[in-house]
Amino acid sequence: MKVLVPVKRVVDPNVKVRVKADQTGVELANVKMSMNPFCEIAVEEALRMREAGTVTEVVAVSIGVQQCQETIRTALAMGADRGILIKTDEDVQPLAVAKLLKAVVDEEGPDLVILGKQAIDDDSNQTGQMLAALLGWSQGTFASNIDIADGKAQVVREIDGGLETVSLNMPAIVTTDLRLNEPRYASLPNIMKAKKKPIDEKTPEDYGVDIAPRLTVLKVEEPPKRQAGVMVESVAELVDKLRNEAGVI
Amino acid sequence: MSVLVVAEHDNAELKPATLNVVTAAAQIDSDVHVLVAGTGCGPVGEAAAKIAGVSKVLVADGEQYAHHLAEVMAPLLVKLAPNYGAVLAPATTGGKNVMPRASALLDVAQISEIIEVVSPDTFVRPIYAGNAMATVQSSDSVKMITVRTTGFDKAEEEGGSASVEAIDGAEDPGLSAFVGQELTKSDRPELTSARIVISGGRGMQSGDNFHLLESVADKLGAAVGASRAAVDAGFVPNDYQVGQTGKVVAPELYIAVGISGAIQHLAGMKDSKVIVAINKDEEAPIFQVADFGLVQDLFKALPELDAALG
Repeated sequence: MKVLVPVKRVVDPNVKVRVKADQTGVELANVKMSMNPFCEIAVEEALRMREAGTVTEVVAVSIGVQQCQETIRTALAMGADRGILIKTDEDVQPLAVAKLLKAVVDEEGPDLVILGKQAIDDDSNQTGQMLAALLGWSQGTFASNIDIADGKAQVVREIDGGLETVSLNMPAIVTTDLRLNEPRYASLPNIMKAKKKPIDEKTPEDYGVDIAPRLTVLKVEEPPKRQAGVMVESVAELVDKLRNEAGVI
Repeated sequence: MSVLVVAEHDNAELKPATLNVVTAAAQIDSDVHVLVAGTGCGPVGEAAAKIAGVSKVLVADGEQYAHHLAEVMAPLLVKLAPNYGAVLAPATTGGKNVMPRASALLDVAQISEIIEVVSPDTFVRPIYAGNAMATVQSSDSVKMITVRTTGFDKAEEEGGSASVEAIDGAEDPGLSAFVGQELTKSDRPELTSARIVISGGRGMQSGDNFHLLESVADKLGAAVGASRAAVDAGFVPNDYQVGQTGKVVAPELYIAVGISGAIQHLAGMKDSKVIVAINKDEEAPIFQVADFGLVQDLFKALPELDAALG
């Protein structure tokens, strides 16, 4: 069984982003970039399936600028077998990403696609569900456990009230939540080995997909700032302030 | 053009998140319809008809809608969407699961987690964990939207008298099946709609220690939440998580106990009206967003707080 894992290059989660003065976006120049944390979880899950013998090949795919190759290399260093880079300098929104991924799925024929539930840059939480729709496949979103047996994927999902288990016909789409696994770090020998693993370079035109954005970003602004607060010396003072000053208890 | 709100419910009760979405919908167009898809969900339809500002309720009652599987819900939305200028659902795990699937089938770009309606085609949504606010304009004929409930007030639960219309469902494509649910049982208020929330972080050290928080919560009538660190450590279940990828809350009072204040956590609570931070590390970033900060060991502070609230 083959697994496809899309991986996104995003601003490192530990970086505090700054909005550009001209309000066109956030400052990305000279900012540390990393693989989206939810995508790391997706790669890890695919690798564990391969190690358990359920999966024979793990293919990592990324869409975006040339440097997305580094993100694919990270997946390869973790253990993925090969990569596909769909290179474009344009802004690719979730619907367009899903269309490109559908084209890759049509070509590669995986049985399972594991994606991060959300990218921590645009916080859309759409791509996996959209890909499932375009393929007409089942979807197990926000997964905290995946079991594959008898042509079905049993997925435990993190929902607002607790946990839900669904049974999905294969092929299927799964999107990862935080508790699915703890991704491994790539070892130095594996980082060296990853340099020799193949990465196919493609363009959106190769797949005949229109990636023109549907949403126009008119402006990007700083969120409202909170007023600086006060420090209290004791619980008694805190309770007094909450009761008599803020009036919230 | 009329707008459609996808009701969130459990077949017996309408969830309050629906009320916030009705408010957002009414800012796009005054003719607000509500879709209630479920099994034996008649009472939910009646409740939806009473919401102030709703003119029509569509009830799709069928076995296939019992658990709101995305594979089953999406075709129904696809069938209804062309009659509307916008379709809105709350940005809950339910809405987030279904709406993108329906959007892609409609070949429409979804607008996620809006917090403001600027005009019928322009919306504000947080990006980068709320560290930036993007104003986006949609060129699609129908706007597919999920609504961050903390961005909008609740519509009045009573006062409306919408007509209720039974509609045919769409076919179940038979791709998936519901197996079971393990819901966290609690007598405390629901996290996203509570007036007061008290959350614990890694500093709580264990799940057992959460009883210190729970005791304070019960005296305040508060909901209990947690940081990602506390959930990852297994102290409390996943549905306690407040943050960028968990629940977003904006209560009157948010008390963060033993929480350092990572960007990802702040994203889920910084719109709270009053924020209290209790942490023994005076350098903790949580103090930068707190209205009232107390540098103290939580194992001393919590029992004192409990006693002070009598």
